[in-house]
Amino acid sequence: MIKKCEAFIIGGSAGSLDVLLKVLPLVNVAIKFPIVIVIHRKHGADSLLPELLSTRTKLKVKEVDEKEPLIAGTIYIAPSDYHLLIEQDRSFSLDYSEKINYSRPAIDATFQTAAEVYKDTLVCLLLSGSNADGVNGLKSVKLWGGTTLIQDPNSAQVAYMPAQAQANVKIDHVLSIEDIAEFINLLP
Amino acid sequence: MELSVINDDHVEILLSDLLEKYGYDFTGYSRASLKRRIIRLYSLDRAVSFAEFRYKINKDNLYFKRFVEQITVNVTEMFRDPVFFKTLRDVVLPKLGTYPFIRIWLAGCSTGEEAYSISIILKELNLLHKSLIYATDLNPIVLEKAAQGMFGMNSMKQYSENYILSGGLKDFSSYYTANYSLAKFDEELKSKIIFSTHNLVSDYSFNEFQLILCRNVLIYFDRELQQKVLNLFDESLEELGYLALGTKETINFSGISDKYKRLDSEKIWRKIQ
Repeated sequence: MIKKCEAFIIGGSAGSLDVLLKVLPLVNVAIKFPIVIVIHRKHGADSLLPELLSTRTKLKVKEVDEKEPLIAGTIYIAPSDYHLLIEQDRSFSLDYSEKINYSRPAIDATFQTAAEVYKDTLVCLLLSGSNADGVNGLKSVKLWGGTTLIQDPNSAQVAYMPAQAQANVKIDHVLSIEDIAEFINLLP
Repeated sequence: MELSVINDDHVEILLSDLLEKYGYDFTGYSRASLKRRIIRLYSLDRAVSFAEFRYKINKDNLYFKRFVEQITVNVTEMFRDPVFFKTLRDVVLPKLGTYPFIRIWLAGCSTGEEAYSISIILKELNLLHKSLIYATDLNPIVLEKAAQGMFGMNSMKQYSENYILSGGLKDFSSYYTANYSLAKFDEELKSKIIFSTHNLVSDYSFNEFQLILCRNVLIYFDRELQQKVLNLFDESLEELGYLALGTKETINFSGISDKYKRLDSEKIWRKIQ
């Protein structure tokens, strides 16, 4: 069981935006941890995503600034075209190295660096998507004692990403879209 | 349980080796990225153990050079962020064009793609003859590559699109000759670029400039080192000169911010006092 959640990270690709738009309005504003969102999007579409998501929640939504500390009750969006990493002092850093899984930001990079920082207080959720980014990241999360979640592949617009995770990593919970917000709200 | 071949203590050991043995100071670098790069190299080169890996870095000068090249990020593009280059073309460089001589410092130039991009804009603005671009990097290997002026043909489609979006009006392919898989850029573009090693962590100011560009380098540094490097830029920039950083970088937290005024949309600041 999860004793305490100190960071909740969501990774997604094709078909994940719709899920976020449904889930975020239902997330309790009193959550005691930060939510970090890493989704693949086209370079250049920068500031639109935080604006779009902030219309759906009363929580503060912002695109990550480098070296910014993670604060509970804030929703952070990974900037386009940078990998988003988490440092041991629980701040963000950015990295413009090679694409991973044809992606920048790569979900794997955020999951993996967060896993080593937050260990068993990390909860990571992988949503709909058409490549396998995030699967290796979830492996690291599991290895460091964190909790792994996926969107039910049957409910995903593109099932490949969560299905790959299910086939390759021990997944703690498989959630339907309707269950995601409740799961987040009940995290200690 | 062995969670990772390289742990945080290993990283610190290697950094202190580099400093003691070679005088390269990476201790102000953000660790998450650095550690990922080290793990990547460790597995790429199929190192057998940390002890062996460390020994090789300390004893084998060639391998040490490879290590420095591989743990620093050298990914770059021509005309990356075209809107930024459009601002250089439309606002910054025309302003500097009124000076008798233009000195530009491109800090952390890596394999040189941005140096050639700037050279192309200067040429089109008819300013290249009175300009000098100092393109520096801590890493001699990437500078050798930069000086060759050859980039992969497979990138040219993307670069050509970037060039057009940045306000370029010519046929981009007129700037290079295709040579099998490589595009060799015109010698004239290189004639006003000086490639040289300079380490932002340990080296001093070496000239005064009217434009300093350092894009996506500060993201790898911690706040303290960022402040130190921004001071170095401030010392090296003439009054009314311009400082250009990467899309996600800022001077706002630093002690120099009061002396600078930001151009509207881009990460470009002008030194006003």
